[in-house]
Amino acid sequence: MEKFGFFISKGRQINYDSNDRSIAEYIYEREPSFRRCIECGGCSATCTTGSMTKFSLRELHILIKRGENDKVMESLKKCMLCGKCILVCPRGVNTRNIVVLAKQAFQKSAAYAI
Amino acid sequence: MQFDPFVIPFNIGLNFILLYTVIRCVVWFRGLSRADKLRMQRGFFGTPFAQSLREIFLESLLHRKILKTNFRLGYMHMSLAFGWFLLIFFGTIEADVFGTRHLNAPYRAIFFRFFNPEHGRMGFESVYGFLMDLILAFVLSGLFLAIIKRFYSRIVGMKKTTRLKPSDKVALTALWLIFPSRLLAESFTCGAYGTGSFLTGTLGSWLASFLPAQQLAYPFWWLYSLSLGTFFILLPVTRYMHIPTELFLIFMRNSGIKTGDKTGSYSEVEVFSCSSCGICIDTCQLNTSAGITNIQSAYLMKAIRNNSNVAEIAHNCLMCGRCDQVCPVGIELSPIRMIQRRAGENDIAYKNTYKDYFRTRQITASEKPDISPVYNFLPEVNPDKADVLYFAGCMTHLTPSIKNSMVRILEASGLNYKFIDEDGGACCGRPLMLAGQDREARELINYNSQLIWKSGAQTLVTSCPICYKVFRESYYLDVEVLHHSQFIKNLIDEDIVKLNFLRKRVVYHTPCDLGRGSGVYNEPKEVLTHISRLEKSKFEDDKSLCCGGSLANMKIGSQKRSLIARDAAAELTRTSPDILATACPLCKKTFSSATTTRVADIAELVAEALIVSSVKRSTNKKIFSAKELAAIS
Repeated sequence: MEKFGFFISKGRQINYDSNDRSIAEYIYEREPSFRRCIECGGCSATCTTGSMTKFSLRELHILIKRGENDKVMESLKKCMLCGKCILVCPRGVNTRNIVVLAKQAFQKSAAYAI
Repeated sequence: MQFDPFVIPFNIGLNFILLYTVIRCVVWFRGLSRADKLRMQRGFFGTPFAQSLREIFLESLLHRKILKTNFRLGYMHMSLAFGWFLLIFFGTIEADVFGTRHLNAPYRAIFFRFFNPEHGRMGFESVYGFLMDLILAFVLSGLFLAIIKRFYSRIVGMKKTTRLKPSDKVALTALWLIFPSRLLAESFTCGAYGTGSFLTGTLGSWLASFLPAQQLAYPFWWLYSLSLGTFFILLPVTRYMHIPTELFLIFMRNSGIKTGDKTGSYSEVEVFSCSSCGICIDTCQLNTSAGITNIQSAYLMKAIRNNSNVAEIAHNCLMCGRCDQVCPVGIELSPIRMIQRRAGENDIAYKNTYKDYFRTRQITASEKPDISPVYNFLPEVNPDKADVLYFAGCMTHLTPSIKNSMVRILEASGLNYKFIDEDGGACCGRPLMLAGQDREARELINYNSQLIWKSGAQTLVTSCPICYKVFRESYYLDVEVLHHSQFIKNLIDEDIVKLNFLRKRVVYHTPCDLGRGSGVYNEPKEVLTHISRLEKSKFEDDKSLCCGGSLANMKIGSQKRSLIARDAAAELTRTSPDILATACPLCKKTFSSATTTRVADIAELVAEALIVSSVKRSTNKKIFSAKELAAIS
């Protein structure tokens, strides 16, 4: 069939009931400052990895909180833990710990077993 | 026949602990790598042997290092250790000289007074009895301090004392009972026979005046023997295992064995050598400033000994290395913590006291299964050739004033340099290592190494002590790695840059990774004396404080960090200097928000003091070498 350059996009509704928010819960419990994030994007702007790839900590924060975890693990691995994001964060979010905890949560949870 | 059933508990305990210690030492020795075994053999039959004996006397008995840091605490440890040693030593001689025969079994020396109640009436015997009483009084004075310390630790000048586990408490009670029961047993015997010196004699005659001394002596001899026996039997599963282990550790260390980066015999011996004296707790800024009191090295050692999950404790540390400096046993605490970080989360292997006697090596996760490269997005770079490379590092990119100052200094030096991460390069890898992710870090290290090799440089200058430490320790480079303070020092020494005097009073803060971490103490201070009036602080060199911003701690949040920073900055700016100078971008950034004093990096101050001559400014740096330039100007 010919492609006409348009298509019907999939639904973009975020269903908090069906999404898996276990990763977010795991982080909330161990690093409460995760809740303080206002998604300003300061971390993504200064990010070492972000300057070379599409990696964005802000995006990952949002995805984890929504429970859209599918591609998060792959992205998380790119983080170099250099810590610039902590220094620029206006809300004092312990971002490095969040990355480490998220990795841990993925490794522990059976649903995302590698 | 000099024997009585009451000596049996003591005999069992003593034989058990001697046998146990020998077996454990053999097991530890066998666990060493081949090279370390050879080292140890050479150390044991060589000159380090004498050194070890000297150290055992000074540290294990006299506790010189504790005496230096805290006299009252040192006195407590010394009186117990050295006093007990003297009691055994002179007791053995006493039994040998005054006893019925020579070469006695140990119990006859320990319970000498019981078997020879008539001893010590006159002449030399009473003088010797006086000496023994004096030693006992010395031990008891230390014990008195120890008991008070347990309930009110400030008496020995400590803010916090270590918390104990149940088996420790039983052993501690047994230990506390040993000397009072000896005193009472000897006193009653002396009271009954009218012997004894100033302590046992006086107490004995007083007790005998209203108590049936003859009948009461025997139960106390039983108590004395029982408490000794209990203490010896419990010793392997309590912190008191440090008594035999520390001797072995001293021999190992003097043979030149190092902790390394995996769990091994040596690190295990170190863990068991920790006496939980608690000096590291008082030194830790997480305790003094941020009020976190359960993660200090003494507790880490305890948790490893108890086979509990240490991941939480291991990661909650600034890795400033202050505890390494003050540890009186000389345990390499930070390397052990790093081993625990690498090991990741280990499941609790067993929780069973009797199994603690037959410990197996802590099981650490072997190679992580995921071996696909994760940083393959890093761009292939072909850098230009240069003599000097400047690697600013991630943190320096967040403090552009340092970066810009360094560029000015490098320009003024006229050297052929290249700023390799001008547009933001990869991280040096140390933050990953500190998080225990060595494999990932290795990828970054390989990437950066290639970059440095390709440039063909001889010198690598970095502004960040975190990068400096990892470049020196974990990279295999054939270039000279310099921190910018060392680089500037060289420039000044070789007269390549000329500097004004700034007429400012400056206090220098030694960054942890540069000072204790890499041993660079003098160069930054020499640079500062060159351009300003450098003032001394209470926290010079290896006593320096941590700014609290350390990347090593994953767990604490910004509030606790700022508490540490505020306290440290307040201490450093006590003499109200014009500038608080440091040599680390992270320290600068952390301190800037914690004090009203101006915080500046050495590079910034040098750039301010720089005299840029017109000749240098106009010359093409690629034509003239540094020396020629110096000749021109």
